[in-house]
Amino acid sequence: MPDIRWDWIARHTDDILNATVDHLLLVVISIGAAIAIAIPLAIVVHPTRLGRAVAASLTTAVYTIPSVALFAVLVAFVGIGRTPAIIGLAAYALVVLVRNTLTGLSEVSAPVLDAARGMGMSHGQLLRRVRLPLALPAILTGVRLATVETVAIATIAVFVAGGGLGEIIYTDGISRDLFLTPILAGTVMAVALALALDLILVTLLRMATRWQRAGSGR
Amino acid sequence: MSGVWTAFIENEGWLRLRRHILLSVVPLAIALVIGVALGILSSRLGRAGRFVIGASAFIARMVPTFAVMALVMALRGVGFWPAVVGLVLLGVPTILLNTATGLDEADRHTIDAARGMGYTEGQLLRKIRLPLALPHIAAGLRTAAVLTIATAALAGLIGADGLGVTIDAGFATNQRDVLLAGAIPVTLLALAADLTLLALQYALTPVALRRRTLLTQQRSSS
Repeated sequence: MPDIRWDWIARHTDDILNATVDHLLLVVISIGAAIAIAIPLAIVVHPTRLGRAVAASLTTAVYTIPSVALFAVLVAFVGIGRTPAIIGLAAYALVVLVRNTLTGLSEVSAPVLDAARGMGMSHGQLLRRVRLPLALPAILTGVRLATVETVAIATIAVFVAGGGLGEIIYTDGISRDLFLTPILAGTVMAVALALALDLILVTLLRMATRWQRAGSGR
Repeated sequence: MSGVWTAFIENEGWLRLRRHILLSVVPLAIALVIGVALGILSSRLGRAGRFVIGASAFIARMVPTFAVMALVMALRGVGFWPAVVGLVLLGVPTILLNTATGLDEADRHTIDAARGMGYTEGQLLRKIRLPLALPHIAAGLRTAAVLTIATAALAGLIGADGLGVTIDAGFATNQRDVLLAGAIPVTLLALAADLTLLALQYALTPVALRRRTLLTQQRSSS
Protein backbone atom coordinates (compact mmCIF):
# COMPACT_ATOMS: atom_id res chain seq x y z
CA MET A 1 0.00 0.00 0.00
CA PRO A 2 1.52 3.28 -1.07
CA ASP A 3 1.25 6.65 0.60
CA ILE A 4 0.00 5.82 4.06
CA ARG A 5 0.57 8.95 6.12
CA TRP A 6 1.43 7.48 9.51
CA ASP A 7 1.99 11.01 10.83
CA TRP A 8 -1.68 11.81 10.08
CA ILE A 9 -2.77 8.78 12.08
CA ALA A 10 -0.47 9.76 14.95
CA ARG A 11 -1.94 13.26 15.03
CA HIS A 12 -5.55 12.03 14.84
CA THR A 13 -5.46 9.02 17.15
CA ASP A 14 -7.96 10.68 19.50
CA ASP A 15 -10.36 11.50 16.65
CA ILE A 16 -10.20 7.93 15.37
CA LEU A 17 -10.83 6.47 18.83
CA ASN A 18 -13.70 8.89 19.51
CA ALA A 19 -15.28 8.00 16.18
CA THR A 20 -14.90 4.31 16.99
CA VAL A 21 -16.63 4.75 20.36
CA ASP A 22 -19.38 6.76 18.61
CA HIS A 23 -19.72 3.98 16.07
CA LEU A 24 -19.97 1.37 18.82
CA LEU A 25 -22.70 3.42 20.51
CA LEU A 26 -24.69 3.70 17.27
CA VAL A 27 -24.48 -0.07 16.79
CA VAL A 28 -25.27 -1.01 20.39
CA ILE A 29 -28.26 1.36 20.67
CA SER A 30 -29.71 0.28 17.30
CA ILE A 31 -29.26 -3.44 17.99
CA GLY A 32 -30.67 -2.99 21.50
CA ALA A 33 -33.74 -1.23 20.14
CA ALA A 34 -34.14 -3.86 17.42
CA ILE A 35 -33.96 -6.70 19.96
CA ALA A 36 -36.49 -4.94 22.20
CA ILE A 37 -38.92 -4.76 19.27
CA ALA A 38 -38.15 -8.02 17.44
CA ILE A 39 -38.47 -10.53 20.27
CA PRO A 40 -41.87 -9.37 21.64
CA LEU A 41 -43.10 -9.01 18.05
CA ALA A 42 -42.05 -12.56 17.19
CA ILE A 43 -43.61 -13.91 20.39
CA VAL A 44 -46.92 -12.20 19.60
CA VAL A 45 -47.14 -13.27 15.95
CA HIS A 46 -45.57 -16.75 16.02
CA PRO A 47 -48.70 -18.77 17.06
CA THR A 48 -50.59 -17.95 13.85
CA ARG A 49 -49.57 -18.65 10.28
CA LEU A 50 -50.99 -15.31 9.12
CA GLY A 51 -49.07 -13.42 11.80
CA ARG A 52 -45.82 -15.09 10.81
CA ALA A 53 -46.37 -14.36 7.12
CA VAL A 54 -47.21 -10.68 7.75
CA ALA A 55 -44.24 -10.12 10.06
CA ALA A 56 -41.84 -11.85 7.66
CA SER A 57 -42.98 -9.95 4.58
CA LEU A 58 -43.10 -6.56 6.33
CA THR A 59 -39.57 -6.90 7.64
CA THR A 60 -38.36 -8.19 4.25
CA ALA A 61 -39.93 -5.14 2.59
CA VAL A 62 -37.74 -2.94 4.80
CA TYR A 63 -34.75 -4.84 3.45
CA THR A 64 -35.43 -3.83 -0.16
CA ILE A 65 -35.24 -0.14 0.79
CA PRO A 66 -31.66 0.99 0.12
CA SER A 67 -29.97 2.19 3.30
CA VAL A 68 -29.05 5.59 1.85
CA ALA A 69 -32.62 5.97 0.59
CA LEU A 70 -34.05 5.00 3.98
CA PHE A 71 -31.75 7.48 5.72
CA ALA A 72 -32.71 10.16 3.19
CA VAL A 73 -36.42 9.58 3.75
CA LEU A 74 -35.96 9.57 7.53
CA VAL A 75 -34.07 12.88 7.33
CA ALA A 76 -37.02 14.28 5.44
CA PHE A 77 -39.18 13.51 8.49
CA VAL A 78 -37.05 13.61 11.65
CA GLY A 79 -34.19 15.88 10.57
CA ILE A 80 -30.47 15.07 10.66
CA GLY A 81 -28.37 13.65 13.52
CA ARG A 82 -28.26 10.43 15.50
CA THR A 83 -32.05 9.87 15.39
CA PRO A 84 -32.45 8.98 11.70
CA ALA A 85 -29.25 6.88 11.87
CA ILE A 86 -30.50 4.83 14.83
CA ILE A 87 -34.01 4.37 13.39
CA GLY A 88 -32.57 3.26 10.03
CA LEU A 89 -30.02 0.86 11.52
CA ALA A 90 -32.59 -0.64 13.89
CA ALA A 91 -35.01 -1.18 10.99
CA TYR A 92 -32.39 -3.22 9.11
CA ALA A 93 -31.41 -5.24 12.17
CA LEU A 94 -35.09 -5.99 12.74
CA VAL A 95 -35.28 -8.02 9.51
CA VAL A 96 -32.76 -10.66 10.55
CA LEU A 97 -33.84 -10.66 14.21
CA VAL A 98 -37.55 -11.23 13.56
CA ARG A 99 -36.77 -13.95 11.04
CA ASN A 100 -34.38 -15.81 13.33
CA THR A 101 -36.56 -15.49 16.43
CA LEU A 102 -39.53 -16.89 14.50
CA THR A 103 -37.39 -19.76 13.22
CA GLY A 104 -36.13 -20.50 16.73
CA LEU A 105 -39.59 -20.42 18.31
CA SER A 106 -41.11 -22.67 15.65
CA GLU A 107 -38.31 -25.24 15.76
CA VAL A 108 -39.11 -26.50 19.26
CA SER A 109 -40.17 -30.12 18.68
CA ALA A 110 -43.72 -31.28 19.34
CA PRO A 111 -42.75 -34.07 21.82
CA VAL A 112 -40.88 -31.52 23.96
CA LEU A 113 -43.93 -29.23 24.00
CA ASP A 114 -46.22 -32.19 24.80
CA ALA A 115 -44.00 -33.23 27.68
CA ALA A 116 -44.01 -29.69 29.09
CA ARG A 117 -47.81 -29.50 28.80
CA GLY A 118 -48.08 -32.91 30.42
CA MET A 119 -46.10 -31.53 33.37
CA GLY A 120 -48.87 -28.97 33.74
CA MET A 121 -47.06 -25.91 32.40
CA SER A 122 -49.25 -22.95 31.54
CA HIS A 123 -48.92 -21.11 28.23
CA GLY A 124 -46.71 -18.46 29.83
CA GLN A 125 -44.48 -21.01 31.56
CA LEU A 126 -44.14 -22.92 28.29
CA LEU A 127 -42.91 -19.76 26.61
CA ARG A 128 -40.54 -18.69 29.40
CA ARG A 129 -39.14 -22.07 30.37
CA VAL A 130 -39.21 -24.06 27.13
CA ARG A 131 -39.68 -22.12 23.92
CA LEU A 132 -37.49 -19.09 24.63
CA PRO A 133 -34.54 -21.03 26.11
CA LEU A 134 -34.63 -23.44 23.18
CA ALA A 135 -34.88 -20.54 20.71
CA LEU A 136 -31.94 -18.71 22.30
CA PRO A 137 -29.24 -20.09 19.95
CA ALA A 138 -31.27 -19.04 16.88
CA ILE A 139 -31.92 -15.61 18.40
CA LEU A 140 -28.23 -15.09 19.24
CA THR A 141 -27.23 -16.17 15.73
CA GLY A 142 -29.62 -13.48 14.46
CA VAL A 143 -28.00 -10.93 16.78
CA ARG A 144 -24.60 -11.93 15.40
CA LEU A 145 -25.59 -11.47 11.76
CA ALA A 146 -27.43 -8.22 12.51
CA THR A 147 -24.47 -6.81 14.46
CA VAL A 148 -21.89 -7.48 11.74
CA GLU A 149 -24.22 -5.97 9.16
CA THR A 150 -24.99 -2.92 11.32
CA VAL A 151 -21.32 -2.13 11.94
CA ALA A 152 -20.83 -1.92 8.16
CA ILE A 153 -23.99 0.05 7.40
CA ALA A 154 -23.36 2.48 10.28
CA THR A 155 -20.46 3.97 8.28
CA ILE A 156 -23.18 5.62 6.17
CA ALA A 157 -24.59 7.49 9.18
CA VAL A 158 -22.16 10.29 8.31
CA PHE A 159 -24.48 11.37 5.49
CA VAL A 160 -27.18 12.24 8.01
CA ALA A 161 -24.66 13.73 10.48
CA GLY A 162 -25.05 10.67 12.68
CA GLY A 163 -21.34 10.42 13.58
CA GLY A 164 -19.25 7.26 13.82
CA LEU A 165 -16.38 5.98 11.67
CA GLY A 166 -18.03 7.39 8.56
CA GLU A 167 -16.77 10.77 9.82
CA ILE A 168 -13.18 9.56 9.44
CA ILE A 169 -13.79 7.78 6.12
CA TYR A 170 -15.94 10.47 4.51
CA THR A 171 -15.30 13.84 6.16
CA ASP A 172 -11.54 13.38 6.65
CA GLY A 173 -10.93 11.14 3.65
CA ILE A 174 -13.33 11.19 0.72
CA SER A 175 -14.29 14.86 0.86
CA ARG A 176 -10.62 15.89 1.14
CA ASP A 177 -9.85 14.83 -2.39
CA LEU A 178 -9.98 11.09 -1.58
CA PHE A 179 -7.23 11.26 1.04
CA LEU A 180 -6.27 7.58 1.42
CA THR A 181 -5.01 7.42 5.01
CA PRO A 182 -8.26 8.26 6.86
CA ILE A 183 -10.30 6.07 4.48
CA LEU A 184 -8.03 3.14 5.29
CA ALA A 185 -7.92 3.91 9.03
CA GLY A 186 -11.71 4.11 9.26
CA THR A 187 -12.15 0.88 7.29
CA VAL A 188 -9.67 -1.02 9.43
CA MET A 189 -11.38 0.19 12.62
CA ALA A 190 -14.82 -0.80 11.27
CA VAL A 191 -13.63 -4.33 10.44
CA ALA A 192 -11.85 -4.60 13.81
CA LEU A 193 -15.02 -3.50 15.61
CA ALA A 194 -17.12 -6.04 13.69
CA LEU A 195 -14.63 -8.81 14.50
CA ALA A 196 -14.49 -7.86 18.19
CA LEU A 197 -18.28 -7.72 18.57
CA ASP A 198 -18.65 -11.00 16.68
CA LEU A 199 -16.10 -12.67 18.97
CA ILE A 200 -18.07 -11.55 22.03
CA LEU A 201 -21.32 -12.83 20.53
CA VAL A 202 -19.80 -16.18 19.52
CA THR A 203 -18.61 -16.61 23.10
CA LEU A 204 -22.11 -15.82 24.38
CA LEU A 205 -23.59 -18.25 21.87
CA ARG A 206 -21.24 -21.03 23.01
CA MET A 207 -22.13 -20.37 26.63
CA ALA A 208 -25.85 -20.42 25.80
CA THR A 209 -25.58 -23.74 23.97
CA ARG A 210 -23.25 -25.54 26.40
CA TRP A 211 -26.10 -27.76 27.57
CA GLN A 212 -26.67 -28.91 23.97
CA ARG A 213 -23.13 -30.16 23.50
CA ALA A 214 -23.02 -31.70 26.99
CA GLY A 215 -26.32 -33.55 26.47
CA SER A 216 -25.56 -35.08 23.10
CA GLY A 217 -21.98 -35.94 24.02
CA ARG A 218 -20.55 -33.95 21.12
CA MET B 1 -45.73 14.29 -4.84
CA SER B 2 -45.64 16.40 -8.00
CA GLY B 3 -42.65 18.20 -6.50
CA VAL B 4 -40.80 14.90 -6.33
CA TRP B 5 -41.63 14.17 -10.01
CA THR B 6 -40.41 17.62 -11.05
CA ALA B 7 -37.21 17.09 -9.06
CA PHE B 8 -36.76 13.66 -10.73
CA ILE B 9 -37.02 15.21 -14.21
CA GLU B 10 -34.89 18.25 -13.36
CA ASN B 11 -32.13 15.99 -12.02
CA GLU B 12 -31.86 13.97 -15.24
CA GLY B 13 -33.85 11.18 -13.59
CA TRP B 14 -34.13 8.82 -16.56
CA LEU B 15 -30.45 9.08 -17.47
CA ARG B 16 -29.38 8.48 -13.87
CA LEU B 17 -31.81 5.57 -13.60
CA ARG B 18 -30.25 3.95 -16.68
CA ARG B 19 -26.75 4.51 -15.30
CA HIS B 20 -27.87 3.09 -11.96
CA ILE B 21 -29.13 -0.06 -13.67
CA LEU B 22 -25.82 -0.41 -15.53
CA LEU B 23 -23.88 0.13 -12.29
CA SER B 24 -25.92 -2.69 -10.71
CA VAL B 25 -26.06 -5.23 -13.56
CA VAL B 26 -22.33 -5.23 -14.38
CA PRO B 27 -21.09 -5.99 -10.83
CA LEU B 28 -23.90 -8.53 -10.33
CA ALA B 29 -22.89 -10.44 -13.46
CA ILE B 30 -19.24 -10.49 -12.35
CA ALA B 31 -20.19 -11.46 -8.77
CA LEU B 32 -22.39 -14.29 -10.12
CA VAL B 33 -19.49 -15.79 -12.10
CA ILE B 34 -16.98 -15.43 -9.24
CA GLY B 35 -19.45 -16.53 -6.55
CA VAL B 36 -20.58 -19.67 -8.37
CA ALA B 37 -17.00 -20.58 -9.32
CA LEU B 38 -15.79 -20.19 -5.73
CA GLY B 39 -18.86 -22.07 -4.48
CA ILE B 40 -18.06 -25.03 -6.74
CA LEU B 41 -14.39 -24.85 -5.73
CA SER B 42 -15.27 -24.85 -2.05
CA SER B 43 -17.58 -27.86 -2.45
CA ARG B 44 -14.74 -29.83 -4.04
CA LEU B 45 -12.13 -28.89 -1.46
CA GLY B 46 -11.64 -30.62 1.84
CA ARG B 47 -12.69 -29.20 5.19
CA ALA B 48 -9.70 -26.88 5.43
CA GLY B 49 -10.30 -25.28 2.03
CA ARG B 50 -13.97 -24.94 2.79
CA PHE B 51 -13.18 -23.22 6.08
CA VAL B 52 -10.79 -20.76 4.41
CA ILE B 53 -13.34 -19.80 1.73
CA GLY B 54 -16.19 -19.56 4.25
CA ALA B 55 -14.15 -17.45 6.65
CA SER B 56 -13.00 -15.12 3.83
CA ALA B 57 -16.61 -14.64 2.76
CA PHE B 58 -17.54 -13.84 6.35
CA ILE B 59 -14.74 -11.27 6.72
CA ALA B 60 -15.58 -9.77 3.31
CA ARG B 61 -19.05 -9.07 4.66
CA MET B 62 -17.54 -7.02 7.47
CA VAL B 63 -15.82 -4.56 5.14
CA PRO B 64 -18.13 -1.61 4.45
CA THR B 65 -18.73 -1.47 0.67
CA PHE B 66 -18.73 2.28 0.86
CA ALA B 67 -15.18 2.15 2.22
CA VAL B 68 -14.03 -0.31 -0.47
CA MET B 69 -15.32 1.97 -3.22
CA ALA B 70 -13.58 4.94 -1.59
CA LEU B 71 -10.32 2.99 -1.23
CA VAL B 72 -10.27 1.94 -4.87
CA MET B 73 -11.14 5.49 -5.94
CA ALA B 74 -8.34 6.90 -3.76
CA LEU B 75 -5.86 4.55 -5.43
CA ARG B 76 -7.18 4.51 -9.01
CA GLY B 77 -9.31 7.63 -9.42
CA VAL B 78 -13.05 8.31 -9.39
CA GLY B 79 -15.37 6.53 -11.80
CA PHE B 80 -17.49 3.58 -12.83
CA TRP B 81 -15.02 0.70 -12.31
CA PRO B 82 -13.94 1.53 -8.75
CA ALA B 83 -17.63 1.47 -7.82
CA VAL B 84 -17.99 -1.87 -9.63
CA VAL B 85 -15.10 -3.36 -7.62
CA GLY B 86 -16.79 -2.44 -4.34
CA LEU B 87 -20.14 -3.83 -5.49
CA VAL B 88 -18.59 -7.10 -6.72
CA LEU B 89 -17.05 -7.59 -3.29
CA LEU B 90 -20.50 -6.99 -1.80
CA GLY B 91 -22.24 -9.54 -4.03
CA VAL B 92 -19.75 -12.42 -4.03
CA PRO B 93 -20.12 -13.67 -0.41
CA THR B 94 -23.91 -14.04 -0.61
CA ILE B 95 -23.83 -15.87 -3.96
CA LEU B 96 -20.87 -18.00 -2.84
CA LEU B 97 -22.48 -19.13 0.41
CA ASN B 98 -25.79 -19.93 -1.30
CA THR B 99 -24.02 -21.89 -4.05
CA ALA B 100 -22.09 -23.91 -1.48
CA THR B 101 -25.29 -24.63 0.47
CA GLY B 102 -27.09 -25.63 -2.73
CA LEU B 103 -24.33 -27.98 -3.89
CA ASP B 104 -24.48 -29.81 -0.56
CA GLU B 105 -28.24 -30.13 -0.91
CA ALA B 106 -28.33 -33.34 -3.00
CA ASP B 107 -28.86 -36.19 -0.55
CA ARG B 108 -26.48 -39.08 -0.12
CA HIS B 109 -28.83 -41.62 -1.71
CA THR B 110 -29.17 -39.62 -4.91
CA ILE B 111 -25.39 -39.26 -5.12
CA ASP B 112 -24.89 -42.98 -4.41
CA ALA B 113 -27.41 -43.92 -7.09
CA ALA B 114 -25.66 -41.68 -9.62
CA ARG B 115 -22.24 -43.11 -8.71
CA GLY B 116 -23.71 -46.60 -9.08
CA MET B 117 -24.82 -45.68 -12.59
CA GLY B 118 -21.18 -44.85 -13.36
CA TYR B 119 -21.29 -41.04 -13.18
CA THR B 120 -17.91 -39.37 -12.95
CA GLU B 121 -17.40 -36.52 -10.45
CA GLY B 122 -17.73 -34.03 -13.31
CA GLN B 123 -21.02 -35.54 -14.49
CA LEU B 124 -22.26 -35.65 -10.93
CA LEU B 125 -21.61 -31.91 -10.65
CA ARG B 126 -23.13 -30.99 -14.02
CA LYS B 127 -26.14 -33.29 -14.03
CA ILE B 128 -27.10 -33.53 -10.36
CA ARG B 129 -25.47 -31.10 -7.96
CA LEU B 130 -25.70 -27.95 -10.10
CA PRO B 131 -29.33 -28.44 -11.20
CA LEU B 132 -30.32 -29.03 -7.58
CA ALA B 133 -28.32 -25.97 -6.53
CA LEU B 134 -29.92 -23.65 -9.11
CA PRO B 135 -32.79 -22.46 -6.89
CA HIS B 136 -30.29 -21.67 -4.12
CA ILE B 137 -28.03 -19.79 -6.53
CA ALA B 138 -31.05 -17.81 -7.76
CA ALA B 139 -31.93 -17.01 -4.14
CA GLY B 140 -28.38 -15.78 -3.54
CA LEU B 141 -28.51 -13.69 -6.70
CA ARG B 142 -31.79 -12.20 -5.51
CA THR B 143 -30.39 -11.11 -2.14
CA ALA B 144 -27.22 -9.84 -3.83
CA ALA B 145 -29.25 -7.88 -6.41
CA VAL B 146 -31.21 -6.00 -3.74
CA LEU B 147 -28.01 -5.24 -1.82
CA THR B 148 -26.18 -4.14 -4.97
CA ILE B 149 -28.92 -1.82 -6.26
CA ALA B 150 -29.23 -0.30 -2.80
CA THR B 151 -25.51 0.14 -2.34
CA ALA B 152 -24.92 1.47 -5.87
CA ALA B 153 -26.67 4.60 -4.57
CA LEU B 154 -23.67 5.14 -2.27
CA ALA B 155 -21.38 5.29 -5.29
CA GLY B 156 -23.28 8.39 -6.36
CA LEU B 157 -22.49 10.07 -3.07
CA ILE B 158 -18.76 9.69 -3.51
CA GLY B 159 -18.27 10.62 -7.13
CA ALA B 160 -19.67 7.89 -9.41
CA ASP B 161 -22.89 8.23 -11.43
CA GLY B 162 -26.43 6.96 -10.84
CA LEU B 163 -29.39 7.91 -8.68
CA GLY B 164 -27.08 8.45 -5.71
CA VAL B 165 -26.09 11.73 -7.34
CA THR B 166 -29.66 12.96 -6.92
CA ILE B 167 -29.69 11.84 -3.27
CA ASP B 168 -26.37 13.63 -2.79
CA ALA B 169 -27.82 16.82 -4.27
CA GLY B 170 -30.77 16.46 -1.91
CA PHE B 171 -28.49 16.18 1.11
CA ALA B 172 -26.36 19.10 -0.08
CA THR B 173 -29.26 21.48 -0.65
CA ASN B 174 -31.47 20.01 2.09
CA GLN B 175 -34.45 19.67 -0.27
CA ARG B 176 -36.87 16.90 0.63
CA ASP B 177 -38.26 16.54 -2.90
CA VAL B 178 -34.79 16.07 -4.39
CA LEU B 179 -33.89 13.49 -1.71
CA LEU B 180 -37.06 11.54 -2.48
CA ALA B 181 -36.55 11.90 -6.26
CA GLY B 182 -33.38 9.85 -5.75
CA ALA B 183 -34.52 7.56 -2.95
CA ILE B 184 -37.90 6.45 -4.33
CA PRO B 185 -36.65 5.24 -7.77
CA VAL B 186 -33.81 3.29 -6.09
CA THR B 187 -36.34 1.58 -3.81
CA LEU B 188 -38.66 0.77 -6.72
CA LEU B 189 -35.74 -0.60 -8.69
CA ALA B 190 -34.69 -2.85 -5.79
CA LEU B 191 -38.27 -4.02 -5.34
CA ALA B 192 -38.65 -4.79 -9.06
CA ALA B 193 -35.39 -6.77 -9.07
CA ASP B 194 -36.49 -8.66 -5.95
CA LEU B 195 -39.82 -9.70 -7.50
CA THR B 196 -38.30 -10.59 -10.89
CA LEU B 197 -35.63 -12.77 -9.31
CA LEU B 198 -38.18 -14.35 -6.96
CA ALA B 199 -40.09 -15.43 -10.07
CA LEU B 200 -36.84 -16.80 -11.53
CA GLN B 201 -36.07 -18.63 -8.30
CA TYR B 202 -39.57 -20.14 -8.34
CA ALA B 203 -39.27 -21.18 -12.00
CA LEU B 204 -35.90 -22.86 -11.36
CA THR B 205 -37.22 -24.86 -8.41
CA PRO B 206 -38.47 -28.37 -9.29
CA VAL B 207 -42.25 -28.49 -8.78
CA ALA B 208 -42.10 -31.07 -5.98
CA LEU B 209 -39.64 -28.96 -3.99
CA ARG B 210 -41.31 -25.57 -4.39
CA ARG B 211 -42.93 -25.21 -0.99
CA ARG B 212 -40.01 -26.62 0.92
CA THR B 213 -37.06 -24.93 -0.80
CA LEU B 214 -38.60 -21.48 -1.02
CA LEU B 215 -39.04 -21.59 2.74
CA THR B 216 -35.60 -22.94 3.58
CA GLN B 217 -33.87 -20.58 1.20
CA GLN B 218 -35.19 -17.55 2.95
CA ARG B 219 -33.31 -18.80 5.95
CA SER B 220 -30.06 -19.60 4.20
CA SER B 221 -30.01 -16.24 2.47
CA SER B 222 -30.17 -14.44 5.79
